Amino acid sequence: MSDSPLILQVQGLSKNFGGVKAIDNVDLDIRQGEIVALIGPNGAGKTTFFNCLTGIYSPTSGEIDLSDPRTGKTTRVNGKKPNKITEIGMARTFQNIRLFPTMSVLENVMIGRHCRTKAFIFGAIFRNAATRREEAAIIECSYDILKQVGLHKQVNEQARNLSYGAQRRLEIARALATEPFLLLLDEPAAGMNPKETEELVALIRLICSEGHSILLIEHDMKLVMTLSDRIFVMDYGKKIAQGTPEEVRANPAVIKAYLGEDVDA
Amino acid sequence: MDYFIELLFAGLTRGSIYALIALGYTMVYGIIGLINFAHGEIYMIGAFTSFIVATVLSIYGFPLLAIVVIAGVAAAVWSSAYGFTVEKLAYRPLRKAPRLAPLISAIGMSIFLQNYVLLAQTSDFLPFPELIPEFAFMEPVAHIVGSSDMVILVTTTLVMIGLTCLIKFTKIGKAMRATAQDKTMAVLVGVNVDRVISATFVIGSALAAIGGLLIASHIGQINFYIGFLAGIKAFTAAVLGGIGSIPGAVLGSLVLGLTESFATGYISSDYEDVFAFSLLVLILIFKPTGLLGKAEIQKV
Amino acid sequence: MFPVKELKRSALIALWFAFLTFPIMVIKVDPIERVVQYRWDNMFFIAFGSFVISILAKVYVIRKERRAVSKKETAATEPFAQRIIREPRFLYPLVLGCFIFGISFPFLFSTYQTNIMTTALMYVVLGLGLNIVVGVAGLLDLGYVAFYAVGAYSYALLNLNFDLGFWVVLPIGGLMAAFLGVILGFPVLRLRGDYLAIVTLGFGEIIRLVLENWNAFSQGPSGIANIPRPGFFGMDMTFAGGITYIYYLVLLLVVLTIFVVNRLQNSRLGRAWLALREDEIACQAMGIDKTKTKLVAFSLGAFWAGFVGVIFAAKTTFVNPASFTFLESAIILSIVVLGGMGSIVGVIIGALILILLPEYLRALSEYRMLAFGAILVVMMVFKPDGIISNVRRSYHIRKQGLSEGESHE
Repeated sequence: MSDSPLILQVQGLSKNFGGVKAIDNVDLDIRQGEIVALIGPNGAGKTTFFNCLTGIYSPTSGEIDLSDPRTGKTTRVNGKKPNKITEIGMARTFQNIRLFPTMSVLENVMIGRHCRTKAFIFGAIFRNAATRREEAAIIECSYDILKQVGLHKQVNEQARNLSYGAQRRLEIARALATEPFLLLLDEPAAGMNPKETEELVALIRLICSEGHSILLIEHDMKLVMTLSDRIFVMDYGKKIAQGTPEEVRANPAVIKAYLGEDVDA
Repeated sequence: MDYFIELLFAGLTRGSIYALIALGYTMVYGIIGLINFAHGEIYMIGAFTSFIVATVLSIYGFPLLAIVVIAGVAAAVWSSAYGFTVEKLAYRPLRKAPRLAPLISAIGMSIFLQNYVLLAQTSDFLPFPELIPEFAFMEPVAHIVGSSDMVILVTTTLVMIGLTCLIKFTKIGKAMRATAQDKTMAVLVGVNVDRVISATFVIGSALAAIGGLLIASHIGQINFYIGFLAGIKAFTAAVLGGIGSIPGAVLGSLVLGLTESFATGYISSDYEDVFAFSLLVLILIFKPTGLLGKAEIQKV
Repeated sequence: MFPVKELKRSALIALWFAFLTFPIMVIKVDPIERVVQYRWDNMFFIAFGSFVISILAKVYVIRKERRAVSKKETAATEPFAQRIIREPRFLYPLVLGCFIFGISFPFLFSTYQTNIMTTALMYVVLGLGLNIVVGVAGLLDLGYVAFYAVGAYSYALLNLNFDLGFWVVLPIGGLMAAFLGVILGFPVLRLRGDYLAIVTLGFGEIIRLVLENWNAFSQGPSGIANIPRPGFFGMDMTFAGGITYIYYLVLLLVVLTIFVVNRLQNSRLGRAWLALREDEIACQAMGIDKTKTKLVAFSLGAFWAGFVGVIFAAKTTFVNPASFTFLESAIILSIVVLGGMGSIVGVIIGALILILLPEYLRALSEYRMLAFGAILVVMMVFKPDGIISNVRRSYHIRKQGLSEGESHE
């Protein structure tokens, strides 16, 4: 794994809100094909970190470089708009599910195809052959992705009527539709029952085996430890540890952050 | 120089009236995040109520002081009642609705109230009785500063002091500040949020009514349409100062009043209203947080 | 069946409204003649009216709650109107019927009626145009009338100064409005929804005030008269003929607008608009360029308003700033809100109700604006989706090939 190319390099990333340092000088890197977890107690700055990566916040300082393994092209993305970053090839899901609630399941995924398709006013009005072909391809591709996450029986259901677990899977499907090489999942297992979590683990493995690398924030330690190749740990905006699951589990700083007190391991 | 001072006072007078209305916008926005589009109409209703009451009392031959007091109280009472009712009917049911729903409802309320007064009363301009006499001690400076300017400035200052004390020291004031900061937390510590919101509307409406009475007797005429323009301008002032901020609303109002006064005095009065609208558009585009407002951090 | 407690509550509400409306509804003073008039009958009407309305509102709420409970067991029942629209069996004959009625209207009714119908159809187009902006893309544009004014003044001024004809100006008027939409939209569309509403309102008022005050350019408040009606291959037309001609022109525009808006809604662009209305941040995270997408919706809406503006100038042969006040924007907004945001059929019905009803029920016309205001409030509180809510199309996916289902609107 260590010889595969780097696809994400974060150096010295900081984000201040007023006087509060939500993220303080964090480095992180991900290689092609890895599943990496970002963990830490509540309020450690994990979601803020995601928001900086995906362009929803612009970082106060630091650099974020994305390299597309398919082309080998490296782009510096800090300060770019979220839609540009998605276009380059990094997609995300949200901690508090943000689907398009009154649109159908299929349409939610079709939105993900937006940045990979072109039809515009002219095509919409005249519905020429190229537009019709493109539209058919969007539907086909979206349906295939839905099949992968197991939602293909509910294509015409409104997104808000899905069960909680299904909504989380739909968010993943929608993100996959943008053809990312790196997928960020923000607490994908939150609120899921054990069976759903098990299915999620299988799904994440499947996605990874298809060539997508994954960075995930998660509180479910069992899931993190079974899935991740490497783990980064944050506390109070700082990175306090990194390494393989075994290394992290044994790290005294991590134990202290989670349990609050010095514990003799 | 006299002309400059005249414009200065005219601007301050204008600004204080805007401030009385702008406070209602900013308080409501601070608490429920709604642009209360109907607030200008509440001010108009205040002016109308004081007009009706004052005229009736003067026909019945009441003394001037009694007329002023009773008309002022009546305007404040009824405007507050309207503000309270509007909130209950048009905004409270929409508290969990998407953000634009209460705004559309507010626009509807504004149009409704305008036409309600138009139909129940008249579309003509009505002469407002002179409630503020020319004071003898103001005589030497009367060509620069009128007595009514002075009364407006003094009244507004007193009202501002009163409001500040109310918000700083009373229980309801504390509850209002708490609700503005974090509605969920306020509920958890036992604040009755519904009551706080109602109180905000009542206080804001009463202030607007006082503004209505003062400006109507200053200008000397009213009609059903005065609320629209006054409302937009006061809103501009609130945004200029930083919407949600009470000192900001006062500051913004004074800046707007002075700008208008000097711009019309030295440049041209043809485009008087264009100044305010342009200012509104420019602030919202370039500095939506205003002079004293804080930037909102969008939670994701 | 109706609890006494509720009756008591309604009685209290009636008392409250009697108090609330006392100075304005009951007292009327004449400050010049110095007479006071007390209209106690008004107080009675208010009290009685609010009593009845509060009971009706309560009944509505109770029924709605009951329905919400029973809905969980039975399949979701669609409202009657919506079922008709969904079912092609009913929809196509209905559309055909409407079309035939539309075509034969000038033969069946007088010139006066045709003229009114033309106005109503113009509002249909305006409503559908604003519907793209407000209903589909969720951008509350309170200055829509400014673009309408740009179209109307384009024709009036280009005709006055350069002697350009109707057909030449028609696209120019639309494009000018769209261009202005882009210029304005670029800086303001990144604002939050409610600020956007206020900025567009301010912008609309600025346009009107400039038209009113810049005499050298627009002839000020007196406006521009003697604008020629559109020609038809140089034919001379009678007054009635001209009216019929404009009627068909507008009818054609309605058909064109429905066609275009329907296609736009069911396209990649239309989906992006809907998604933008539902969640801007998620939308951006999905790779949609927020500014560009909004700008397209905003300027397309403006284009339509400009188009209708040119026709308005040609129809009335006279334009002045008083035709383009904020209230005009509010009327068009009421049409969209009443009809149902995002729904084409809804907006058409909304426009016809709101424009035709006050014309034919003269007694009501005085209360027109009062009703428009009330409609905005009542619809938001009780039925935010409008009388006909937007029906999302469904997709049928076959085993191998993937063909779309028919799209319904």
